[in-house]
Amino acid sequence: MSSSAPPESTLYQKREPIFPRRVKGSFRTMKWWLLAAMLGVYYITPWIRWDRGPEMPDQAVLLDLASRRFFFFMIEIWPHEFYFVAGLLIMAGIGLFLFTSALGRVWCGYACPQTVWTDLFILVERWIEGDRNARVRLHHQKWNAEKVRKYGLKWVVWLLIGLATGGAWVFYFTDAPTLLQNLLNFSAPPVAYLTILFLTLTTFLFGGFFREQICIYACPWPRIQAAMMDEATLTIGYRDWRGEPRGKHRKGDDADQMGDCIDCMACVNVCPMGIDIRDGQQLACITCGLCIDACNDVMDRIGKPRDLIGYLALSDEVAERQGGTPISVWKHIFRPRTMVYTVIWGGIGIGLIAALFLRTDIDMSISPIRNPTYVVMSDGAVRNAYDIRLRNMHGAPRQFFLSVSDNPSVRLTVEGQSGLLVTVNPDEQLSQRVYLTAPSGTPPATGNQTPVRIWASVTGDTDRINSDTIFNGRAQ
Amino acid sequence: MKEDVATTGHSWDGIEEYDNPMPRWWLWTFYACIIWAVGYMFLFPAWPMIKSATPGLLGYSTRADVADEIAEFEARNDVWFQQLNQTELTEIAANTDLQRFATQAGGSVFRAQCSQCHGSGAAGVQASGYPNLLDDEWLWGGTIDDIHQTITYGIRNEEHMDARYSQMPAFGQDGLLAEEEIDQVVEYVLQMSGQQHDADLAQAGFEVYDLNCVACHGPDGGGDPFVGAPALNNAVWLYGGDAESIRETIYYSRWGVMPGFVNRLRPAEIRAVAAYVHQLGGGE
Repeated sequence: MSSSAPPESTLYQKREPIFPRRVKGSFRTMKWWLLAAMLGVYYITPWIRWDRGPEMPDQAVLLDLASRRFFFFMIEIWPHEFYFVAGLLIMAGIGLFLFTSALGRVWCGYACPQTVWTDLFILVERWIEGDRNARVRLHHQKWNAEKVRKYGLKWVVWLLIGLATGGAWVFYFTDAPTLLQNLLNFSAPPVAYLTILFLTLTTFLFGGFFREQICIYACPWPRIQAAMMDEATLTIGYRDWRGEPRGKHRKGDDADQMGDCIDCMACVNVCPMGIDIRDGQQLACITCGLCIDACNDVMDRIGKPRDLIGYLALSDEVAERQGGTPISVWKHIFRPRTMVYTVIWGGIGIGLIAALFLRTDIDMSISPIRNPTYVVMSDGAVRNAYDIRLRNMHGAPRQFFLSVSDNPSVRLTVEGQSGLLVTVNPDEQLSQRVYLTAPSGTPPATGNQTPVRIWASVTGDTDRINSDTIFNGRAQ
Repeated sequence: MKEDVATTGHSWDGIEEYDNPMPRWWLWTFYACIIWAVGYMFLFPAWPMIKSATPGLLGYSTRADVADEIAEFEARNDVWFQQLNQTELTEIAANTDLQRFATQAGGSVFRAQCSQCHGSGAAGVQASGYPNLLDDEWLWGGTIDDIHQTITYGIRNEEHMDARYSQMPAFGQDGLLAEEEIDQVVEYVLQMSGQQHDADLAQAGFEVYDLNCVACHGPDGGGDPFVGAPALNNAVWLYGGDAESIRETIYYSRWGVMPGFVNRLRPAEIRAVAAYVHQLGGGE
């Protein structure tokens, strides 16, 4: 070791703050509309009412975790129908593959919550502190009354947005108006407050302070996306064969030798990720299109054609360099790879819709009791016991008539009662012990295993369901 | 950049090691952990002593937590147990919630106290003479009151006067019957229960049965739950229904013993077990 003081650590590197400049253009407009639509859906959905009858909250979209039911307008999902949720998750995954293979990171640039809330937070920041130059100045300014006032106001607004975010989330899980009332008079369950607190803080920190660092360091998706994209994928690129050599076009420059890029840094200044798209494709790019808007604006002003920066595919680059024209956007979007994804995606979707219409709102499952497998009665008859689980996914109580088919010698009895009717309350399931008895000497009683089918038919309705099980005889 | 960082001075095959300082956030976390640990040491049980450990200023103890939880659940169950004590045994089934509690509580007591002999599924063990509680033959009656009485005081339980008690003579061992008389009565019992038998021997066996067995087992072999005599004219056998087993029963007699639970379980727990056994499917 040398005796001199060690150099300062470079492992601890401070973040370079980014101050995206305001931009106008078609992508920016589309992003504003998408932001409004997505936040609108998120904040309003729990407040849509839907008549669910007495004893149930009249909420259109409700994730009732306590009683394990998911309500989505007229659709009601029970735990055993979780394949609907699994199917939707698979569709979401394949949908992400589809969009990424066609259009690159459109999810990141337009729909990811991190992007949406960061956009909103930057909007607030601009309203309070002004555009890029004013914000840079304020950032480097020493703390004074103006800075305290502006930063304080900004943080308060961010916290309010965070509060609304966390607040909206909890309303999906219980009756929204009741919960709001309880939240306001401090009688809501602690988990509601904790959830709101957690989401308020994460929204505040992620949208206000971490911003692009989440996308670059925390999010796994940029690492996965490379596998979803190929050379025909549309992504944002800089046409360097048109732009280079770049320069300010000062007097004395030979204009014919210069490219279209005037090195105005507009594309860099508007980028929320703080990158220079002219360096080529890079991990940090979320393909939000703001650099396209900024550059097109400049191109219009200096009288050059648009799309120096634009959506292009690597496969187009070769042709364009030789003076050709790019293939149309639609040909990039509709190609075999995306068609395969679309077919799988749509197939699952059609399957789910079909399952939704084909499902019954009654269900039965049978568990034979195997301890012991059979009991011999005093008259020599052999009896098996079964636990039958009956589900009534219907808003009214239902009476099930239980019977056994195909084996005339086997008799069904219901534990604890003389009849064969079992009533199940609305939206509930009931476990009922039943017995099957085969008289002495009959084939099921003397045989080993006899298949039997148990039926449950709803009284006053045509609905009936059956389930197959096994009757154990004495020959074991 | 990297070149500014000193190395540790070590070199392995030309590979050197940078002497980088910790990231600042890492150090802060480390210092916070030390402060936390010191506080924890005083607030919670930490230092091992010879027989115990320092109790900690907060007085926290996992044992006390468990005891509290057990007490909490017992307090919640007590309401139900009281209701169980105050309800007629025959009325329990009419109260759905009470019946559910009784069968759940009784089931757990059964698995702890009764399953050693009667099996976790209550099917008994025939070879050892532990009765099957699922079928419809009851030595001492299968009403819930009968079952309750049996559980409370037991069978041939010397410790309690109210225990059910019956005694079948050992006809062979004690010389009450001759070998050939036993052979005859075995065939007669086989005939009564509808099994393969020797008709001539069975005919002779009727005389033997009529003189020696009818008092308890009845003229038609229907048994008598009042004295705990099993029915012989059906398919359920406690010790086996083949000729060999029946012969052994007559020769040596059988004495099943069951402990009384009056001093082992609380009254409400006995009532719960009675309700559980009664609803197993064989209750009368």
